[in-house]
Amino acid sequence: MSTDAAMIRMRGIRKAYEMGRVQVEALRGVDLDIGRNEYVAVVGPSGSGKSTLMNIIGCLDTPTAGEYVLSGEVVAGLDRNRLAEIRNKHIGFVFQNFNLLPYASALENVELPLLFAGIATRERRERAAEMLRRVDLADRMDHKPTELSGGQMQRVAIARALVNDPAIILADEPTGNLDSASGQGIVGLFRQLHEAGQTIVIITHDQAVARLASRVVQIRDGGIVEDRPAAA
Amino acid sequence: MVWQLFRHDAARQRKRIALTVLAIAWGTLSIVLLLSFGEGMKRSFHKNVRGMGSEGVAVLWPGATTRAHMGLPSGRAISFQDEDAALLGARIPEVAAISREYSRRVPVSVGQKTVNARVRGVDPAFGGMRNIIPQAGGRFLNELDLAEKRRVAVLGDELATDLFGSQDVVGKTVMINQSSFLVIGVMQPKVMMGMYSGPDKNQATIPATTFKSTYTDARVGNMVYQPVNFDLGDQAKAQIYRVLGRKYRFDPEDTRALGIWDTRENIRITGNIALGIQLFLGIIGALTLFVGGMGVANIMYAVVKERTREIGVKMALGAKVRQVMAPFVMEALLMTVAGGVLGTVVSLSLMGVIAVLPLKNEAFDFLGRPTFSPAIALATSAILGTVGLLAGFFPARRAASVNPAVSLRYE
Repeated sequence: MSTDAAMIRMRGIRKAYEMGRVQVEALRGVDLDIGRNEYVAVVGPSGSGKSTLMNIIGCLDTPTAGEYVLSGEVVAGLDRNRLAEIRNKHIGFVFQNFNLLPYASALENVELPLLFAGIATRERRERAAEMLRRVDLADRMDHKPTELSGGQMQRVAIARALVNDPAIILADEPTGNLDSASGQGIVGLFRQLHEAGQTIVIITHDQAVARLASRVVQIRDGGIVEDRPAAA
Repeated sequence: MVWQLFRHDAARQRKRIALTVLAIAWGTLSIVLLLSFGEGMKRSFHKNVRGMGSEGVAVLWPGATTRAHMGLPSGRAISFQDEDAALLGARIPEVAAISREYSRRVPVSVGQKTVNARVRGVDPAFGGMRNIIPQAGGRFLNELDLAEKRRVAVLGDELATDLFGSQDVVGKTVMINQSSFLVIGVMQPKVMMGMYSGPDKNQATIPATTFKSTYTDARVGNMVYQPVNFDLGDQAKAQIYRVLGRKYRFDPEDTRALGIWDTRENIRITGNIALGIQLFLGIIGALTLFVGGMGVANIMYAVVKERTREIGVKMALGAKVRQVMAPFVMEALLMTVAGGVLGTVVSLSLMGVIAVLPLKNEAFDFLGRPTFSPAIALATSAILGTVGLLAGFFPARRAASVNPAVSLRYE
């Protein structure tokens, strides 16, 4: 877990929001390093700042202060297009509610990040199909999200997150909308990906999910209160 | 992908999209029809303004001096002599053709039917200059008619109908002031936007020499001339003042000594009026179209709002600003173009119907029929494209301004 191989390196990250006249400080100086092939669970009660932290890790939002280096790139003062490129290249998002495009097939959904990266149709098709095979959905490629179960939808989303070969998978409550059996399946899939060398950051308040990670970071009141290897 | 999005939105907002496409079609219809009416009117004006005469023709008549010159007082009336037309024609190279014109109102009769009509004596060049074109089977006056002082006449179309009840009268005889004249031609009907001493359709035209020998006291009432080309009109005019000024001893700068009606002015003015009307109609059409564009923009705003979360997802997956905006702009353009095509098809078929309708009345002769032209197609496409782009651009810009972190939580 040397810092040389750090995928994420955060120093003194602060984030303040203007809520009317009141300034709310969601993050008050977070230092966090995440190395290659780590499996980190970020846990904390709602309002603790873990969503804000996820937005900043995912480059969806920029910190008010502090330094953030993602996979060797300094994320500061970048314009929207540059941030979009970084997200496209380095981050694979997995959301609680899947966020698949309802009118597109599983294959087309997985193709999206490649489309934004400007990859030609043929290669896009092939790589997306390959990813769907990897999440065991080879026979569901042409199905629309509405024709898939929750677990299958989340696996499509994971395939979509993986298709650009990102530095990290950033998952926000990935099992929150799933029944426990499907949730188990998804957690199992993360396990496999981790074993295959993928770096994963998972945000959850489900202790059972968090336990499966190799490291648990506890957030409270905008700061890290605990950072330890998982009990397992 | 855009097509899928469109189908998706079309399914969800079918009624609204249908209404908007109709609004665009209506806008297109009105702009195409209005512009085409304008174009038809312009062409009709363009043609009718030549009812008076062909390109650049001018009418010259004697006036009175307004300043003393070479010992002669002001207020002296000028009058033309028979040989002035020949003089001007010979002396001034800028004058391509010239004809004298004697004119008198006399009884013209066929059998028991008598009409008081204007009869004019002219030179052969008159017909071409004043667009008195004989119908098939007839001819205009020629040099021989003049040399031999023949008693031949070209009748206006309405005069022919009044006298004979028909226009097929070449070879028949007409009595002009109790002398018999042979009809050698009947004028083709035309619309005149300007005239002097009555419309051509009610006049009889005979050789100038015949006229002069019949009415020995007749004086040249006016002369009609045509410059070599449109642009030489002013030079021709100046030369006429110079030549006649020397002959009749008036100051060439004394513009009131001669009267000149230069139809080039009419052509210029008519052209400007037609352009003005077309512009006005075009603006009305464009405004209608812009209202349709508002509808498109309105839908696109709703679509953007509805898809806020989807926009956020695309952004999270790495869509750049351009990639977020493009589908919305394309979709708005698609709707606009669909409406535009529909409107154009409907208006073209409407014009097709108007073109074959047997409408025969003066209003149509004057206003012309709606005429589609490449310029109209171009203008309409340009306006449609602009409307579509604007209607897509602003909603798309709102889409691009979505904050992904917020929109991912948007329900």
